Amino acid sequence: MSLKRPAKEQPESFEFNSSSLDAANNIIAKYPKGKQQSAVMALLYIAQRQNNNWIPLAAMKYIAKILNMPYIKVYEVATFYSMYNLSPVGKYFVQVCTTTPCMIRGANKLVEACKEKISENESELSPDKSCSWMEVECLGACVNAPMMQINDEYYEDLNKEKTLEILDAILKGDTPKAGSYRGRVNNEPENNRKTLMEFKNA
Amino acid sequence: MLKDKDRIFQNLYNDLGSDIISAQKRGDWVNTKEIISKGRDWIINEVKESQLRGRGGAGFPTGLKWSFAPKEVGSRPHYLVINADESEPGTCKDRDILRFEPHKLIEGCLIASYAVQAHVCYIYIRGEYFVDGQKLQAAIDDAYEKKLIGKNASGTGWDLDIYIHYGAGAYICGEETALLESIEGNKGQPRLKPPFPALVGLYGCPTIINNVETIAVVPTILRRGGKWFASLGREKNTGTKIFCISGNVNSPCNVEEEMNIPLKELIEVHAGGVVGGWDNLQAVIPGGSSMPLIPKEKCETLTMDFDSLVAEKSGLGTAGVVVINKDQDIIKCMARIARFYKHESCGQCTPCREGSGWMWRMLERMTKGEASKDEIEMLGDVTKQIEGHTICAFGEGSSWPVQGLLRHFKDEIKKRNKFDPIVKENKNIPYLVDQHLLDKNA
Repeated sequence: MSLKRPAKEQPESFEFNSSSLDAANNIIAKYPKGKQQSAVMALLYIAQRQNNNWIPLAAMKYIAKILNMPYIKVYEVATFYSMYNLSPVGKYFVQVCTTTPCMIRGANKLVEACKEKISENESELSPDKSCSWMEVECLGACVNAPMMQINDEYYEDLNKEKTLEILDAILKGDTPKAGSYRGRVNNEPENNRKTLMEFKNA
Repeated sequence: MLKDKDRIFQNLYNDLGSDIISAQKRGDWVNTKEIISKGRDWIINEVKESQLRGRGGAGFPTGLKWSFAPKEVGSRPHYLVINADESEPGTCKDRDILRFEPHKLIEGCLIASYAVQAHVCYIYIRGEYFVDGQKLQAAIDDAYEKKLIGKNASGTGWDLDIYIHYGAGAYICGEETALLESIEGNKGQPRLKPPFPALVGLYGCPTIINNVETIAVVPTILRRGGKWFASLGREKNTGTKIFCISGNVNSPCNVEEEMNIPLKELIEVHAGGVVGGWDNLQAVIPGGSSMPLIPKEKCETLTMDFDSLVAEKSGLGTAGVVVINKDQDIIKCMARIARFYKHESCGQCTPCREGSGWMWRMLERMTKGEASKDEIEMLGDVTKQIEGHTICAFGEGSSWPVQGLLRHFKDEIKKRNKFDPIVKENKNIPYLVDQHLLDKNA
């Protein structure tokens, strides 16, 4: 289990804006009547998106009220799952995969790049507070290792130089293009394709 | 090598487009109504005849699982749940199905829902795959618009709604009962079995849970016949499988191949060979991180299917092949996997919660050569104390890779760790490392 602590400085109150509220109601409708608690994970995501990538305690209380469930049950879910950020992570949240398949292809170089460009320690905001990074467990793009995730997008087939370029771009406020950084297409074997040849470049 | 015409996932590399019109050109949604009109029993029998085994790791026969759903729908509705919480290190096959072959999955959902009499299907996607989930959602929306799913889906008279539920970064939610807890809005901690989900599952209702790949191959099996699928591979290990080859190979890739393909062919032909040549190979993890590794000597002749890997005391798992060459420190690789399991343990059962961290700490010290000789035996002992003493299979998943390391690389660990137990130096030790020896000498 990962250790997660809510931020010390918390906003007084939290409410969904109208587009968040619409999205929340759509999601609650996916589940059977009386089972609205199922929507708690999705609602936490909506709160996280609305609140600059992190969830304040007030949002958990607010969601508990909407879903008619105890606050502690929402707190339990928010602290159990690793993708809910309970303290500020910046507008650009960089997650570097360092599990074995990425590790043996040089994920530590990506970590070095993050330390150089963003902050010395993980989960620490960059000097301009726009960005933070952390090591995470397998992100499920092992054949594109090493890779990292920035907000929703995957950046694959990286090395240190490419990572530095990407981090430079986000620190300037740009959003670099996602996908492979070695120019290969999706998950096909690079320069070595032996299957489905008739469709290649079709 | 498998012939291209026998590959189920023709769009694995997205050469052809994942939209509904391209999918229909590849044969999806063509005669869904006709297939369903043949009836439940025919569908389940055909899947049984194909000998399809679940692609999520456990390899349970799919037709048999479906036949566990109650024959009549009682007061409680039935549910179909698709497990797309792909989190096993080394595995990235479901992601490609979600983004490039979504219609195979959606059509499979319709057929499977009809077979197990479910009107609602939830697809549980890991939270990190948000972008890929959005692509699937777009495909679902298209299918609704074309009336392929929804009320009277594809003109079959069967109603089906498909919803996506995102996870939030918990590996344990790939365990089926933890996944159900997660959909119900709880922390993902597995339930005791029995009762099995087929009888008491989501919201206490009968629920069938299948992996993405399992469901996505079903429409093709029904179109081409269970006999065709069973003719590939070998007895009880039939059909095709997407293999993910990662690690120290020249061209890591996903590739769909026949079951029972030689491991050497996978690595040498499809993945462009081991970095530094075949002789530079050290070991291979054949089926995702929870399967014990296999040393080079055995890789020469190994074939990749469920039963032949069990015979080597490993397993096919999710078919995520991680290749480790001699440039890597094998103990460090396993220590990192142990750290993964320590991070992902849900904390419900004590042997797993405490043991996973204990194994990690010992392996970290063994990597640096700071462990004492007796700890090597103790590490093996800890894995045995975890295995089989937990609610779910996470206990096995975390201890098997360590057992694999001890089985094949014990000499390497011994060579590096030569300390006598600290207790022999007669020091006052405040921490628990050698507690068992202190007790023995007291």
